[in-house]
Amino acid sequence: MLVTTIINGLVLGGTYALLAMGLTIQYGIARIMNLAYGETIIAAAFLAFVLNSTLGVAPLVSLLVAAPAGFALSYLIYGLMLHPLVKRSKGRASLEVDSILATFGLLFVIQGVMLVFFGGNYISYTYMNFGIDILGSSVAANRLTALILALVLGGGLYLLLTRTLWGTALRAVSVAPQSAPLVGIDADRAARFAFALGGALATCGGVVISMYQTFTASSGVIFTMKALIVVILGGVGNLAGALSAGLLLGLVETLVATYVSPGLTLAAVYFIFLGVLLWRPSGLFGRAR
Amino acid sequence: MINLPRRAILRTLGISACMFAIAAAMPAGAQDRASVKIGYAISKTGGNAGGAGITTIPNYQLWVKEVNDAGGLELPDGTRLPIEVIEYDDRSSAEEVVRATERLATQDQVDFILPPWGTGFNLAVAPMFDRFGYPQLAVSSVTDKAPDFVKRWKRSFWMLGGGSDYTDALAGLLKKAIGEGKINNKIAMISVADGFGVDLVTAARPSFNEAELEVVYDVTYPVGTTDFTSMINEAAASGADTFVAFSYPPETFAITQQAQVAKFNPKVLYLGVGAAFPNFGPDLGANAEGIMSLGGIDPKNEANVAYRKRHEEVIGRAPDLWGSVVTYASLQMLQEAIKRRGLDREAVSDELSNGAFQTVLGEVKLEDNQLRTLWFGGQWQNGNFVAVAPVDREGVSEAILPKASWK
Repeated sequence: MLVTTIINGLVLGGTYALLAMGLTIQYGIARIMNLAYGETIIAAAFLAFVLNSTLGVAPLVSLLVAAPAGFALSYLIYGLMLHPLVKRSKGRASLEVDSILATFGLLFVIQGVMLVFFGGNYISYTYMNFGIDILGSSVAANRLTALILALVLGGGLYLLLTRTLWGTALRAVSVAPQSAPLVGIDADRAARFAFALGGALATCGGVVISMYQTFTASSGVIFTMKALIVVILGGVGNLAGALSAGLLLGLVETLVATYVSPGLTLAAVYFIFLGVLLWRPSGLFGRAR
Repeated sequence: MINLPRRAILRTLGISACMFAIAAAMPAGAQDRASVKIGYAISKTGGNAGGAGITTIPNYQLWVKEVNDAGGLELPDGTRLPIEVIEYDDRSSAEEVVRATERLATQDQVDFILPPWGTGFNLAVAPMFDRFGYPQLAVSSVTDKAPDFVKRWKRSFWMLGGGSDYTDALAGLLKKAIGEGKINNKIAMISVADGFGVDLVTAARPSFNEAELEVVYDVTYPVGTTDFTSMINEAAASGADTFVAFSYPPETFAITQQAQVAKFNPKVLYLGVGAAFPNFGPDLGANAEGIMSLGGIDPKNEANVAYRKRHEEVIGRAPDLWGSVVTYASLQMLQEAIKRRGLDREAVSDELSNGAFQTVLGEVKLEDNQLRTLWFGGQWQNGNFVAVAPVDREGVSEAILPKASWK
């Protein structure tokens, strides 16, 4: 029973981690608190749904379309909409307020377009909904895919960020955007790239969760909020942190649902969140300042 | 990698929370026109849009189109006036639906107001309808308190029964199956900790108790839960032959999927809102066979079959198999009452209370302002969601138990 619960918790946590990784990069490195993040996820979910229901394209194949599209679109959004804000901002605080206001508007633009095209109805389709046996417990293949993708993308990007020169430059921009240019780093280019990368991760998450989660044109906010919790829990800008925080949340929810009561899952999540905010405000994996 | 001071995080959180709060409070736009004005505030965006977009909005659109195509609403003197629609989006906010309804009554001065979607929203606007003297044909609201509400708000009409109507019907059906030796008397039950789930589970406990059914697993879960594996595992381990979930659509779909993965095959699988959506059966194919839920239709009722065909032609998809046909029937009642009594709201309310009407449900006559001849339980059989409860009503189909195993 305990093994089953832990496996189910990790699988659920994989979804949370996958959804949060893009935001942690956008917020941590590009310094854009993107309130339209959930809408990016939903847009990708719609893309996967449409490709699947009209052309019969498998969602995992549509990842090949969605990820570059998410990258390109986010790159464009940063260039057109956020770059001017970054240029005129006087400091971290003003950029944060500006970017929240701007992406808040963007949220409604994307949501409105999706409402026009798809209406407000529930969308769900089934793909890879069969059980895979892991240590005696049956796990849904589509959810397992989310966990594997989260581990592969999260782990891969983590290695890139920590082991390559390119990654070091990105991290430098995230830690000290004012000083990074002194050592020859194009901070603006790095931020734009990071924002686009976050967008690509968001679309990957959207495609994968569309396989097993019902969504509507207006459910993006839920994903933004969940992702924000994971990001802050794990430490802003910290991929490994987002990954572990996501898995932790999944574990906690499943353990509470099994051994305490399914009614208290949300309470448990927010209890942990509150605790982290109080005692480790820079996140479980962020260094204290 | 990067460290944010606590203040920055709190600031971000605070601003984010404020923005979402502002979003919920923003007023919606309006269109204004003349003639027989019929207005409504409905959830076109937000959390309720999924439900309203299936049960309510398409039927309003279908009815208005059909009336206007026929030359308009007929009045007692035989003349016809076209309907002018004034529509507001309540953005799934209870304050907004009240505000929009007040606006319809005072500013737009519409002739009639159609009700919003959802139990809570219908209760929220009921005092407003009452104060301004509009009849309220509340369809998409399930409440056991309807008899009290009718006393409080004389022009309110409650068309979809109460929670205990549905749970009594389910208990009756289960008791019959136990008597026939098809299932044991144990029930595992989960419910969403929100309006619909709370109402239904509160009604279900005494219903099951009275029918001498034993509830061996009874938990609630928060709205937005996506993972049901632990609840399904517990229910499977409880030894109950009957699994009941009073759930909202996203959860209904998730439970259906995860029960297949877990190879959880209860002999009776009863799910909440969403299992009577038109696509539920076709999407699941053979796996839908035997799944039960609230609602159901009599496939031999020709008026209903014709209505479903028209709905599909005009809206582009089939209506759901629970509230849709009742919504449409309520509009037919309004139309007929206007034809008999004119645009006087007092007279129309009186006619709705006391008159008999030919609708897509057959002949309808309200009892104490409530529609009581309803289907309270349905089951997917051969791709149709047929009515199986109450078991003693004419036109009922026999429930097929046990449910077929997942393919």
